[in-house]
Amino acid sequence: MNLRAHATPRSLFTFAVLALCALMPFIAPAIGQDYYVDVFIRIMIWAIAAVSLNLILGYGGMVSFGHAMFLGLGAYTVGILSYYEIYSAFIQWPLALLIGAVVSLGVGAICLRTKGVYFIMITLAFAQMIYFLGVSADEYGSDDGLIIDERSQLGGVLDLDDGLTFYYVVFAFLLLSLFIVKRLVNARFGMVIKGIRSNEDRMQAIGFPTYRYKLACFVIAGVLGTLAGILFANFEKFISPDMMYWTRSGEMIFMVVLGGMGSLFGPVSGAVVYLFLSEFLSNITEQWHIIFGPFLILVVIFARGGIDGLLGGKRRHHG
Amino acid sequence: MLKVSGIETGYGASQVLFGMSLTVGAGEVVTLMGRNGMGKSTTVRSIMGIQPLTAGEIIMEGTPLQGLASYKVAKAGLGLVPEGRQVFPNLTVHENLIATAANRSRRPDPWTAERVYALFPALAQRRNGMGGILSGGEQQMLAIGRALTTNPKLIILDEATEGLAPLVMAEIWRVLRQLKEAGQSILIIDKNVETLTRIADRHYIMEKGRVVWSGTSRELRADTGLPHRTLGV
Repeated sequence: MNLRAHATPRSLFTFAVLALCALMPFIAPAIGQDYYVDVFIRIMIWAIAAVSLNLILGYGGMVSFGHAMFLGLGAYTVGILSYYEIYSAFIQWPLALLIGAVVSLGVGAICLRTKGVYFIMITLAFAQMIYFLGVSADEYGSDDGLIIDERSQLGGVLDLDDGLTFYYVVFAFLLLSLFIVKRLVNARFGMVIKGIRSNEDRMQAIGFPTYRYKLACFVIAGVLGTLAGILFANFEKFISPDMMYWTRSGEMIFMVVLGGMGSLFGPVSGAVVYLFLSEFLSNITEQWHIIFGPFLILVVIFARGGIDGLLGGKRRHHG
Repeated sequence: MLKVSGIETGYGASQVLFGMSLTVGAGEVVTLMGRNGMGKSTTVRSIMGIQPLTAGEIIMEGTPLQGLASYKVAKAGLGLVPEGRQVFPNLTVHENLIATAANRSRRPDPWTAERVYALFPALAQRRNGMGGILSGGEQQMLAIGRALTTNPKLIILDEATEGLAPLVMAEIWRVLRQLKEAGQSILIIDKNVETLTRIADRHYIMEKGRVVWSGTSRELRADTGLPHRTLGV
């Protein structure tokens, strides 16, 4: 195979970002900036969340303004079980994913009966309900949040308290998320979801129960979002309702839009640029949102395909 | 195969169909003609379960279709090539053909993407192109191909050649002849009386939401004033 022939700006960028993620635990100490390891863990966790949102937003055209609720569900399941000294990942993680699946099934079953702005509003409403559930949970820290004493325990298989191990567990889950989404969107399921995005009535008239397909997609995205929440709780060793607030859902949408909706790697690029830029700008001025806001507006206006589009990603007509 | 009996429907307070009836037999090619606004597309939408009925029934091989969701109607073996093509613009030509493929008529030799490419060589050259950037003619070929790969028992073409160049129209007619020879049941909604009388077995002409004339191609050709009176051609 002629690798040079396949080297496009897009593939080189993807390779560079993944290589940077893979090697950061060695690069950061070498340049004397150890904190970059934590920055990259945070980026990778947000990237998993953005990849999951991209499945429904980018491929399915379902603009969910409540995706942060799944992040919260994953984090709170880990946090609450830790509060009761249940640290086993074999209990925490499957239970969190199950809760994520059940909640996304219930929420999706209701929300997907609406479209457009109503879908946006109802997903936002559900997310705010879960947010206020967290705020009202006095036993688990309410507004102040809850400190997690120990990271999930993998029964001696892996020690997540070891920084390097935890880093590569997060990296592995990022790769797994990308793999799952890639397989899904290239399968018939993904084609139907993309078809529904451009013309749902037509897809239905061809013989596809579109509601069920969208619901399945919503649940898969919810479960992947919950996975990000599990990792988030383990990373921060702290949970609070803030992670479920609507602005978090908004940030995720921006990561997807910035990276390129409906492109596999776009949300990862979006998470990298979004978090790096916010980190960089917040070091310059406290009022960094004044610079960040116009930048995002310019991206939306002039780079409609996001970073993926700028790198020459396949133009997709969304009809 | 398909029996539409006395269907009535409308949009809000405005009734569009008034006891519309037609039948399509196995292997038959039937046309539905009429001036604009006479209810042809509403008839198609009603058959496909997109437009709810207020009266009448639609039977496909003994199974009532009225009241079913449109995806269940399609699964019963009806394939629609809709007015305006409506290919999926964000899928490639090949994805458009394989995303919805099914063998609903349980044919021993089902339509596949490769068979569609053989039928429309122009599509084979564009297989990796996005559906949204095809020409109107190519989109119509793709819409027909997409309907064929669901292997319907009956294929319905709504405004089959509307807005197409003469060469493309000839290509569509060639394919429809080929499908007819292969025993495919077809219901065509179009206005090209002359060509349709050479392809179809029977015809229905609609006026104001009901059938005002039906007969064979020979009968239609014999009544030279009929097309002018009812279709304005």
